[in-house]
Amino acid sequence: MRNFLRFILKHHFTFLFILFEFVAFILIVSYNQNQRAIYLSSSSRMAGGLFESVNNVELYFALKEVNRELSNENAYLRSQMPTSFKQSKDYFSLVGDSASVHQYKYRAAKVVNNSVRKHFNYITLNKGSKDGIKPDMGVLCNRGVVGIVIKCTDNFSTALSMLNPRLKISAKLKGSDFFGSVSWDARSTQYVILDEIPEHAFVNLGDQVITSGYSSTFPEGILIGMVDEINHPEGESFYKIKVKLSPDFSQLSYVEVVENIFQEQQLQLEEESKQ
Amino acid sequence: MISLIPRYIFNFFFFVLLQVLILNKMEFSGYLNPYLYVVFILTLPFETPGWLLLTLAAILGLSVDLFSNTPGMHMAATLILAYIRPFILERFAPRDGYEPGTLPLPSYYGFGWFLKYAVVLVLIHHMFYFVIESFSVENFMRILVKTLGSTIFTLIMMGVTMLFTYRKKRRI
Repeated sequence: MRNFLRFILKHHFTFLFILFEFVAFILIVSYNQNQRAIYLSSSSRMAGGLFESVNNVELYFALKEVNRELSNENAYLRSQMPTSFKQSKDYFSLVGDSASVHQYKYRAAKVVNNSVRKHFNYITLNKGSKDGIKPDMGVLCNRGVVGIVIKCTDNFSTALSMLNPRLKISAKLKGSDFFGSVSWDARSTQYVILDEIPEHAFVNLGDQVITSGYSSTFPEGILIGMVDEINHPEGESFYKIKVKLSPDFSQLSYVEVVENIFQEQQLQLEEESKQ
Repeated sequence: MISLIPRYIFNFFFFVLLQVLILNKMEFSGYLNPYLYVVFILTLPFETPGWLLLTLAAILGLSVDLFSNTPGMHMAATLILAYIRPFILERFAPRDGYEPGTLPLPSYYGFGWFLKYAVVLVLIHHMFYFVIESFSVENFMRILVKTLGSTIFTLIMMGVTMLFTYRKKRRI
């Protein structure tokens, strides 16, 4: 004990300093908002941080796999949906004969490159002709239409983004069946223009704009966006409707490529009829 | 030495008031914040016992804190200054030690000596103060620039203060 006291006395300068600093530190963290916040958050960070970071790392490695599986399963489920089957309304078609009427096939893909700031925007996908992707297939994400595939290599494919003035998609208003075409006016990354809706159509703000199913690329009824602004240019008999896009193009990640099995057949027939 | 006490009491109040009433109100681009009050600790006699030095530093820092609404921050920085002062003094001592009855002022040991002594201590004080102020080392460049700018500013003001007291100190 005496030795301890002697030790304290010998180093009283340092001990006093530490004591005073301790008091100062308590004052700092109890009366200064900013420092207090930093102190509290960093101390709790230290306590819970270790386990959480280990856990997070594990989760991150699993996430990629989980995402891939989920998107594959999504694509599979979408293929099984009633809208993927050719709807025939005559009485004589066989019920349940799925092999002959299966019209749309979905494949999951990941966006590996994407642009939204340019005038002509393209998307690159991580699947190509090896995975059965061909030009003119549609690209969707869970929130709506994304674009159309234009070129494929073995392992990659590029698609015209919806944000590309070269892309025109046949669309209609949900519920009224008036159809027009959607294209981008190269202004905002959130809006596209729906044209060719006749002026006698009923259009309301907030109406859903969906694919019409006439284009042979997309199934009918896939969401494109919502009516945001209705313009009626003078001297024209068509509305010019501003549509707010449903997908957020600046954060595309997983998409699905939709294949119309009867596309060639339809296009060929249409081509022949024109001659 | 007893005769010095009233002068140091005056100095204490003078520097605290100067700091909180005038210097704290000055703002030059946010990077130049002079903290001249540390002169009080710098100019304490060589023979000041350690406990008194630390206690005075704590009280001085706390008084400045009370008026600038930053409880503990100046106190912590000034305590570090006071803690390091004896080591710096020892290191910068002349060959035959400090003469009894003298004070750490340019009038006794020359301008060069005082500058050396003040630069080191003020730099340490300011550095710690700005680190405590931001309480993180994320913007370390910003802290460094602030420290350097404010140190130079404080030293210039210190020089001006020393000019005022130059003659008076001779008479002691």
